[in-house]
Order: sequence, then C-alpha cells, then structure tokens
Amino acid sequence: MSIKEYRTASEVRGGLILVRDTPGVAFGDRVRISDGRGGTRDGQVIRASNEEVMILVFEGTDDLDLEAVWVRFLDEPVEIALSPEILGRELNGLGEPRDGRPPILSHIRRAVGGAAINPAARSYPREFIQTGISTIDGLNSLVRGQKLPIFSGSGLPHNRLAAQIVRQAKLKDEDSSFSIVFAAMGVSYADAKFFRDEFASSGVLRNVVMFVNLADDPPVERLTLPRTALTVAEYLAYDLDRHVLVVMTDMTYYAEALREVATAKGDVPARKGYPGYLYSDLAEIYERCGRIHERHGSITMMPVVSMPSDDITHPIPDLTGYITEGQIVLSRELHNQGIYPPVHISPSLSRLMKDGIGKDDTREDHPKVAAQLYALYARALETRNLASIIGADELSERDRRYLKFADDFDQRFVGQGEAEDRSIEATLNLAWELISAFPRDSLTRLSETELAKYYQGND
Amino acid sequence: MPMSERNNQGFVRIINGPIVTIDLPGIRSGEQVKIGELGLVGEVISLNGREATVQTYESTDGVRPGEPAEGLGWPLSVELGPGLLGGIFDGIQRPLEKIALQSGDYIRRGLALPGLDRERQWAFEPNPELEPGKPIGPGSVLGSVQETETILHKILVPPGLEGELTELAPAGDYEIEATIGHLRDRQGHSHRLKLFHRWPVRKPRPYRRRDDGISPLITGQRVIDSFFPQLKGGKGAVPGPFGAGKTVVQQQIARWSNADIVIYVGCGERGNELVDVLESFPQLEDPYTGRKLMEKTLLVANTSNMPVVAREASIYVGLTMAEYYRDMGYDVVMLADSTSRWAEALREVSGRLGQMPVEEGYPAYLSSRLAAVYERAGRVETYDAGPGSVTLIGAVSPPGGDFSEPVTSHTKDIIETFWALSKELADARHYPSIDWVTSFSAHVHAAAEWWHKEVDRRWEARRTQSLALLARDAELSRIVNLVGPEALSDAQRWQLEGAALIKEGVLQQSALDEVDTFCSPQKQFALLDLALSIYDKGMTLIELGVPVSHLQDLPQLAKARRCKSMYNSDQVASITALTRETEDAFEAIRLEYAKQHSDD
Repeated sequence: MSIKEYRTASEVRGGLILVRDTPGVAFGDRVRISDGRGGTRDGQVIRASNEEVMILVFEGTDDLDLEAVWVRFLDEPVEIALSPEILGRELNGLGEPRDGRPPILSHIRRAVGGAAINPAARSYPREFIQTGISTIDGLNSLVRGQKLPIFSGSGLPHNRLAAQIVRQAKLKDEDSSFSIVFAAMGVSYADAKFFRDEFASSGVLRNVVMFVNLADDPPVERLTLPRTALTVAEYLAYDLDRHVLVVMTDMTYYAEALREVATAKGDVPARKGYPGYLYSDLAEIYERCGRIHERHGSITMMPVVSMPSDDITHPIPDLTGYITEGQIVLSRELHNQGIYPPVHISPSLSRLMKDGIGKDDTREDHPKVAAQLYALYARALETRNLASIIGADELSERDRRYLKFADDFDQRFVGQGEAEDRSIEATLNLAWELISAFPRDSLTRLSETELAKYYQGND
Repeated sequence: MPMSERNNQGFVRIINGPIVTIDLPGIRSGEQVKIGELGLVGEVISLNGREATVQTYESTDGVRPGEPAEGLGWPLSVELGPGLLGGIFDGIQRPLEKIALQSGDYIRRGLALPGLDRERQWAFEPNPELEPGKPIGPGSVLGSVQETETILHKILVPPGLEGELTELAPAGDYEIEATIGHLRDRQGHSHRLKLFHRWPVRKPRPYRRRDDGISPLITGQRVIDSFFPQLKGGKGAVPGPFGAGKTVVQQQIARWSNADIVIYVGCGERGNELVDVLESFPQLEDPYTGRKLMEKTLLVANTSNMPVVAREASIYVGLTMAEYYRDMGYDVVMLADSTSRWAEALREVSGRLGQMPVEEGYPAYLSSRLAAVYERAGRVETYDAGPGSVTLIGAVSPPGGDFSEPVTSHTKDIIETFWALSKELADARHYPSIDWVTSFSAHVHAAAEWWHKEVDRRWEARRTQSLALLARDAELSRIVNLVGPEALSDAQRWQLEGAALIKEGVLQQSALDEVDTFCSPQKQFALLDLALSIYDKGMTLIELGVPVSHLQDLPQLAKARRCKSMYNSDQVASITALTRETEDAFEAIRLEYAKQHSDD
C-alpha cells in the first residue's frame, strides 16, 4: 500500500487529532504530522474507520493549526531500530537520540508494542540477586526475572535507593553485572541528572541505555516510552544474552499521562478518573519482564511508583501491587528519623523469594530467620504503639525487650550506609545478633537445629 | 435459516482497540467471527441493523477498515474429550504448549489450533451394558478411555442427542475424530458419535437434578477445614488486597484438596505464578493417590498481559470443562484467580461500547453475570454417571483492599463460603491470613456431620469454643491497647494466652513448611484439641488461684506452638501423647499448689 497523506484534520483536542475520509488506515500504525511550518510530529492510530481516524500525537497537540496540518500514514507500526550500539545512548520515548549523537541505524527493527510471552515458554525465576541491602536481601529477596517495584512518596530517597541497587546488584558468587535500561518518565531535570552522573561515576555508563522524558516534555510521549525501553531490554536479553535490570521512574507520571489521553478520548472513568483499562495497560508493561526457557538472558524490573499523598490504596500503587511480584515500601516516618534506606518491612513483600533462598541459594536458615524477624518486628511495633499510650515505664520486662528490639532493628538492620554493600551472610549474621536478644523458647518460628547452630543468646 | 444458505462474508468498518464493528447482515448474536487478513477470532456482542459489534480475542493492531469479516456459524465452544488433563490452555482453549512449538516464546496472532490432539490414540473400552438397539440419551456413558493413570475418562453422548444406539465400536485404539458409535434419533436421522464433542461455553451443561452438598472439600488447610469449611459442590470466594496471599491459598487448595479433578484458571494474573504451578505440579504428589498432581489438573491461562476479551471468556471455558468432568461423576474443584480481572474485562468492553456505567464504571449487568457464573457450581445427579460436583472458588482482588467495592460486595451476596484475607495478618506474616472475624461459612452444620462421623464427636464444640475465645481476645486486646496488660485479671491474661496458642499453633500454617503444608483432618483436630486442652486445664488452675505467670513460661506452651511442624499427618499419636503429657504436667502443678496451700 502506498503512503497516504491527508489535509483533512477535523478536530484537535488534548493530544489527539481526528482526520476525516482516510480509507484503509491500519489500527496502531505510525503517523507523521507536519505542522505546516516545517516541524513534524509523530503519532499513532488509536481508532480507525474509513470515515474518520483518531491519532495520538506523541509530542502533544499544542500550537497546531487545523488548516495547516498535513497527516501522513507511514503504513508501519511504531518501531525502534536495534543494534548493540544502543548501549551507552540517551534516547527519547520514540527511540530518537537525546544526546546529540546520530540516530541508531540497523536493519533490526521491532514494534514497541511487544507481544505476550507464552506462559508455557516462561521459566520460573529462582536465582537470588544480592543487592547488598539487608531489608531486601534478607527479608524481601529479589530474584532474576522478577518485577519488584519501589513504592515511595515525594521527597523520599527512592532515586538514591534505585541507584544503589543498580550499583550493587549481582548474583551471589558471580561478578557479572547487569545491563541497565533506565526509563525516566516525567522526572525533573535534577533527577535525570542525578542518574546520569551516578551511572558515569560508577563506571556503568557503557552498559546503560537511558530513555528520558522530562517533566516539561510532552506527556503523551510517556505512553510509548516504557514500551520502547522494554523493546530494547528484550533485545539485550534475548538477542544479546544479557541480564537486564530495567529501572523505571516514575510510573505515577506514566499513569497520569494515560488518564490525560483517556479523558480526551472520552473513555468511561473507573476510579479517580483513571480508565478501566489501567490494570491491563500497566500489565502490558510489567509482564514483559521474566525468564524464558533456554534463553540465557533475563529481564528484571524495578519500577518506582510514588504514592500520591503516601496512599498505598491509590489506584496506581494498588494496581501495580496486583501485577508485580511484591513491593518495597518506603516510609516517611523512618526517613524523618534519618534512617536510610527507609524501607518499611511490614507492607513490603517479595513473592518470588521462597524459591530463591535457602540451603542451595543463600543459607539454610534464611527462610525461617526472615519469618522470625517479621514476627518479632510485628510484635515490637505493637509494643511501641502501646508504649506511646501508657509510657515505656509501665511495660513489663518482656515488652521492654521488644521495644529495644524495634529500635535496634530500625537503626542497625534497616539503616545502612549508601555505600554499604552487605553480603547476604553479613545480613543473616546481623539478624541472628538481633534475634538472640530474646529467650530461646520464644523463638517459635526457628527450628531446634537452627537455634543450636546460630543462636547467640545465653539461655 | 441453515448456515449454508446464509451470507457469511462481510467487512470491517471501525476498529477501536479490541472492539471491531463489522458490516455483516444476518450474523447472530454470540456467533464467532474471523476478522481481517490475519484471521483474528472474535465474538458478536451486539447487533444494530447491518452492523455487528465484535469483541476480538487478540490484538487488532494492523487491521484496516475494509478487510474481510467472516461469520463462522457457531458460538464460542470448547472441545470436550480425552487429552484435556495435564494441559495448559489459553482463554479460548488453544493449547499453549503447541502454540509455543509453532510460534516460539511469544504468542503470534491468528493461530487457530484445536484444543485436543488429533493424532493421539486412545484405548477405548465400550460400555459392556450397551448394545445396538438400546435407547441412549444425553450423558449416556458409551465407554471409557484411561486418560491418565488415575482418571478414567467416560465417553458421553453429547447433551441434546437422544435415540437408539445403532452401532458401537469394539475395544481398540482410536483418535478422537474416529467414529465410535452411531445414534438414530426419533426423526430417523443418524448421528455419528466420537470420542469428543463441542459445547458452547456460555451455556451450562444439563444434568438430571440438583442435590445438596454432603461432604466437605478437605483442603488440608486448618483455618479452612476446621473453621470455615467448604462442601464439595459449594461456591466460595477469597477476597484480599494484594500481598495478602490469595494466590497461595488458591494454590494450596489446588495442591492438597481431595477433589478428583482440579481446574486452575489464571485469569488476568501473573505469568510467573502460573509458571510456578506449571513447573511444580508435575513434580508434586497427590496425597490421596500418590500419583503426580498434574495427572488430575488442567490449567487455563490468560495472564494479565494477554488480550482482555479472552480473559472474560477464560472463566466460562474453565467452567465448561469442569462441568464436563462433573458429568462423568467426578468431584471437580475450579479455582478462578481472579474474578475481579474477569469483572474488569466486562467493564472494559462495556466502556468501549459506551454503555452507561453504574458503580465505579462497572456495567449494570455485573451482579447478574457474577451470580450466573457462581450458579454453575453445585453437586448434581448426572444422567448416567451417578453424583458429581463442581466446587467454584473465586479469588477477588478489591481495589485498595476495600471490601465494599462492587465486585466483592456482589460476590459476597452469592457465595456460601467467604475466606476474607487481612492485610494486618499478612503484614505480621500470619499466613494464611484468613481473618476469623469477617470470614464465614454456611456449611458448618453439614460439615459437622462428616467430622463427627469421621474424626471426632467434639469437633463442632471445639470449633465454637475457639472462635469464642478468639472473639474474646479481640475485645481484650482493645483494652490492652488502651491501658496496658496490667489492667487485666489473671483469667483474662490466660484467655489472651489461649487465643495466642490457637493463632500460632493452629491457625498459622506455612505453605512452605514441608511437614505442615498439608494437614489431615485427624491432625487438624489433634492440634486444636491440644491448644484447647492446655487452655482449659490452665483455666482450672487459675480459678484455683495459681498465678498466670506460673503457667506462661511452661515449656509445654512453646512445644504446642511448634507441634504442627514437628509431627506430620501420620504422627497424630505423638500429638495426642503431647496432649496427655501437658495434662499430666498441669495436674502436677495443681497437686503441688494444693499441697502448698494445705501446708499454709
């Protein structure tokens, strides 16, 4: 089919253009729009009929003149060119250079929309990744092929934590590091710069592909950015056999862009104005991570989700939590006490931890130590609550022990330096040190053998 | 109008995501349609003059207006015959393992693969009671094939056919397409009978009559079996916020329940969790038969990134296969994880059609559709294979963990067993996080009959006593949180201790603990009885004046908490021995105390 060009734009609103009388245009195809003043924009067909086509304009529709607009249907899906040269580059949501260097040229081009992985082709993620952070490694372990988001709030150090994980993440007893795909959506200039400097100073820049859409860039581009980034991640993982860690920040801005466009399209809103398909849409992104049978590479994902007003039940963190395999939740309370990283372990969870830890992966006592720490901390938080009402002096000796444990745990186990890379052994040994403050008989989650081997208390 | 005389060729008019409008006069509502050059399959959901609205099961990227659309003449149907067990199918019953062989790691569009293997030979054994000339009807058993080591697959006359058997094939190896018999109906038409037949998924399969459930579905999970039991043929829901452990509860039921057949529908959930089932079930042993679990299991998978319309279909596809095995006289349990994703698929389609939303964007027909789905569960008398049942257990994923949202609240009105998962319990890593205050079961009395006959006559009394103690615990904990534990009497503190013993020693049960992941009804009762015996004996001592601190640190208490992981289901005698041992210890304390007091 020849490439068609039309001057029949009939309506412009909120990132969308409607074009009349355009027979045979394919749903999902790429569109180039000339603004009549020498500028071009990119778009995608999101509703098609012979009478009228609706186009999503990635650069937004500000400043367009209906009379002057030319629309060209390129007769191809939205694609990105892929080659190993892509490592070390900084691109926008459409895969175009942002670093002033020439565009990527390659005969390998893939549609960014992706396809669903056949569940029968997946293999179950079970290789423990050591991040060097005790609250993650010890209590919410990450494994290769997992998607584990960081739930955060404005002003919390999620970026520093993400950067530390990028720096430190490695397989136990292995040096091979990850290739990083970094996708920034709607972040501030300062945050983007922080990551760029961070990658440069830790010397991983050659191994990073950055996709950047800043807070003042067009929001519609955020809809395609994570898809483009993941297409690159899939190429690195399954064509080039690399282990890829995808860091996406901030999914909240992505979802807000989706809402903006959905509203313009007139979609029926479900919760808080977000469209009913927000879940499916987020799943299309998150589910692209994983492991595939007989493929060497893998995709592990750490999206950052900032919870509006620290509300974990807000649709974005809520739906994310239903798709991802757990979550790391940051706490403002811990942050205000100066504890870094302020990981609140109670609502944090890793669903894939069970098969990545234990005798052959980390250490045989790991599963039960984690369970015991959680149980003690839950009781300790209750006690702390009680103490704030009746005063610590009123507590029994048993309860005062829990109170002290809560403080020790926050300061020593949760808290660690930004440059501190704790091995899993160090994390588990520290856990035993804290656990041993309790009498042996009260540690019902641990087995007799484990207690005999590691318990350091004197009774 | 017979299909052949009807025009079944039309063209595509409008593409709006998965919703495609076609121009094809004469097509029927519910009919399957093949769209475009790729041959994407969809289903007519509404008609308007010449035009029909079609929901497609695959992504419509690249489809153009003007491309052909073809009516296929039948509604969405599944193939029912030997070869289903052990398989994994997508939301419209395409075999995912075969798709992987044909299209690689990603699912290519427009693949039309039948659900059942055409090549495989099955050893057919005709029903010895049948011979030509005998009357047969819907559900009549023509014979059987051994589908897996433990499951005998009965070959049934499809519902809707009735008449006289004119021919029945001898024992031998047949492919599923082979004719194994002929039936002549009242009009004198002859029908070929095969090892399989098709059935439209949105139409419940018929049966002779509906029966009440009588025996509990044993899941090996204490909080379920001993506290909120489910009957075979019942319907239940597991609602819970993310991270509360819905999937683990569902998987535990799939692993350990005493159903003959397990159908696991992963509806809009995580790919990696389905793989967990796929990889672990072929290794795991069925505790009842000693065979591999996969031999009685089949999976329907529509992960969250697979097309949303097929997600809506997946629940019906699963249910129809469940009813088919029920019609052979089996007890089937179907797990749907999650019905919320199914409801959201309804919402998405209804939104694209511009239908008026009622609550949170859901269409007005949400509650009636939900009710119709759950009503397909039940225990029935089949036509020719005795009693059979379908137990349906749906996970519900309420947004923000809010149980008042439409899907949870409508579900709650329909189901009989409600296992409410609690975020607070999950955060404290109390698993399964089934909340004993908000959960309920309408089956306690029916289950009690079974427990009293099979396990122990005190079951219902012990159950009631523990729930009362747990309720008392909740009350007292509120007081403690206000004024501290010192305000409580010794008896009240012992009540807290007793409740803690039930929580830790009975209710908590780790799916990862090799010894305790499955717990037989006998072991369940022994543990419950152990905890309550300690509580009862202790209370007698406290009433005599023994201080509570004297009892709190007894080593038997710690032992009772650990007991569940120390003895497996074959070592119930060790648990009852521990019960006697603690009773003796308490008796010794009583004697010592009485002696001290008589000395005074």
